[in-house]
Amino acid sequence: MKFNGYRRSDGHVGIRNHVVVLPGVICAAGVAQKIANKADEVEYLYNPNGCAQNSKDTAITLEILSGIIANGNVYGVLIVGLGCESIRKDIYIDIIKKKTDKPIHYISIQQEGGIQKTVTKGLEIVNSLKEEANKCVREECNLSELILGLECGGSDPTSGISANAVLGNTSDRLIDFEGTSVLCETPEAIGAENILKRRGQTPEIGQQLYDTVLKYDEMFKANGEDIRKTNPSLGNKASGITTLEEKSLGCIHKSGTKPFNGVYQYGQMIDKKGLMFMDGTAYDVASVVSLIAGGAQIIAFTTGMGTPVGNAIAPVVKITGNKDTATRLSDMIDFDTSDSISGAKSVEELGRELLEYIVNVCNGEKVKAEINGISNMAINQFYSYA
Amino acid sequence: MINAVIINDIDTVVTVIKKVSLGENVSYVSSDGYSTIKATSDIPINHKVAIKQVKNGDEVLKYGERIGYATMDIHIGDHVHTNNLDS
Repeated sequence: MKFNGYRRSDGHVGIRNHVVVLPGVICAAGVAQKIANKADEVEYLYNPNGCAQNSKDTAITLEILSGIIANGNVYGVLIVGLGCESIRKDIYIDIIKKKTDKPIHYISIQQEGGIQKTVTKGLEIVNSLKEEANKCVREECNLSELILGLECGGSDPTSGISANAVLGNTSDRLIDFEGTSVLCETPEAIGAENILKRRGQTPEIGQQLYDTVLKYDEMFKANGEDIRKTNPSLGNKASGITTLEEKSLGCIHKSGTKPFNGVYQYGQMIDKKGLMFMDGTAYDVASVVSLIAGGAQIIAFTTGMGTPVGNAIAPVVKITGNKDTATRLSDMIDFDTSDSISGAKSVEELGRELLEYIVNVCNGEKVKAEINGISNMAINQFYSYA
Repeated sequence: MINAVIINDIDTVVTVIKKVSLGENVSYVSSDGYSTIKATSDIPINHKVAIKQVKNGDEVLKYGERIGYATMDIHIGDHVHTNNLDS
């Protein structure tokens, strides 16, 4: 099985060919959005940060934004800064250049001389970027060049028994083609750390998985919360979940059965093949964003109750095992796995069909979030703004 | 009629997708085909039912993994929950 993607000079492969406008700081967001709105088929990516963050959060912001720009789905980018913010031109260019050699342009509102002049200049830049981007053609690529992000949100009991089971099968199949899948959301693995430990490709990776989960657990405890004591919640128990292991397994089950071949920091660029774990929050949008920063060209997102979450850079495929959700919320669901519950189809059949659908999306078929123009952006933070 | 789902063939429990009453059949499809057991109590929707005998202290499996240990002998058809399963 193969797909047609865009080969980039930095070695990455894209399944989209986006020209992106990114505000370098939140203060420039309105102006950056004006440029994207006036241009044709240019993606606007919101940035909530860029200033007044301590060094730890600044590093996270830069890791995420540079990673997103380096994603194979991006042809080139225009960053619109203000001028007086703490993350300025050179800082952006330096970190981005370490990850990619693609076209990067930077303008600032204070230097250009206000809103209108910045919009005029920005439009010139994105239009010429778009002209260059349109010359790119899709080429046949192996599935080994695909990174699939695994995510779940708005879960219900069908997530565990159907959608996550099917996605796990799809992930296994992708890895059989030497592709890459990335599980994230560390807090949701609390209670399953011993299971993850056994799933390391090597004892070292197993230990790393174990330590990563425990570190998150400790962080909650330092803030006065004990996940192990409060989970499963009374509501979880009423809905049929008995133990914390069971709750966590419902989530990590979507990573299938392959051994984990690496553990990455939040938003860190993935540079190995196989099944990976990315450390980070269970806040859906902030974890989708970290997967894209890590290089995932496509996200597989299981949901029981339904969620519209999307991202300007990468298609987010919505998968549900809840027949009612698939029917009632049909304009935000892409793939229905409820046939595995009714018995009409097996998990294996649906896992194969989901991989085929994912390949279609890689080839250019738009998912519902793209059709509806939904893009969400959040970056995990540890401290308040200065 | 199928009213339960097994996630992994080695699992000791299935999840019912409809409310099941005492004495009613619980039916599911695994790789081995169609199987039916009888519920020994009422089972709420999305709760677990034992499809294998599990001795007190032995592992209870779901997702092909251990979700905890039996805190008493569990018989086929029993509702598996906080009354007989713990981490």
